Amino acid sequence: MRSPRIPILKLHNCLLVSIQWELDDKTALQFQEDLLNKIHVTSANGVVIDLTSIDFIDSFIAKVLGDVIDMSKLMGAKVVITGIQPAVAITLIELGIGLNDVLTAIDLEKGLEKLQQELGE
Amino acid sequence: MENQSCVKIINEWDIVAARQLGRNVAKDLGFGTVDQARITTAISELARNIYLYAGQGQVCIEKIYDGGKAGLQILAADSGPGISDLRQVMEDGYSTSGGLGAGLPGVKRLMDEFVIDSEPGKGTDIKATKWLR
Repeated sequence: MRSPRIPILKLHNCLLVSIQWELDDKTALQFQEDLLNKIHVTSANGVVIDLTSIDFIDSFIAKVLGDVIDMSKLMGAKVVITGIQPAVAITLIELGIGLNDVLTAIDLEKGLEKLQQELGE
Repeated sequence: MENQSCVKIINEWDIVAARQLGRNVAKDLGFGTVDQARITTAISELARNIYLYAGQGQVCIEKIYDGGKAGLQILAADSGPGISDLRQVMEDGYSTSGGLGAGLPGVKRLMDEFVIDSEPGKGTDIKATKWLR
């Protein structure tokens, strides 16, 4: 069994990612690597990761996401997470995962706006 | 028993299979999206603990009925190393895996009932229940 890789699109200086299916461990780790490589190759300084289609996040996926945000920061790219569903927000907090210091926005549009503000453009 | 389905946890894919089974049963019982997410997340954490700490085990999902109410019960069982200090693992922030895998206190908060039984050298049994409101 093998999941397809998560597509990463480039838009000007930003990368756009929409996670459309349930993440298994390998896909999540592959995504981490792919995103960092894409930042390196494109010199993007902003990333939006949209989670609208994701209906649950466990501690592993949360850790992979949190890590990739920190790793991107090390490389000079800011990440905004968008579209977290109510059920996901509730379970993450109950699980004890706050994803503190992570930039978030309600949807992709607001996420891109927030990114432009953060990047001072 | 027709009310119970089990998934053997041997590799990472089985974690996905266990939570998909759980979500389907939760949907079937009529749980809302938030409780479905709670149940799916709890199963994912328990299955991952088995994979990480015990190597293998199994997760069973059972529809249960008590008087007028229905619920979903997760039974996670392994014959792994067991847990020597149950009080310690039930403390928030305790981890031996560097943050991978679950906090059991988190799973307890997601579910309505949570019972853990573990013996060092013999294994761990966890029973977690969510009732339909």
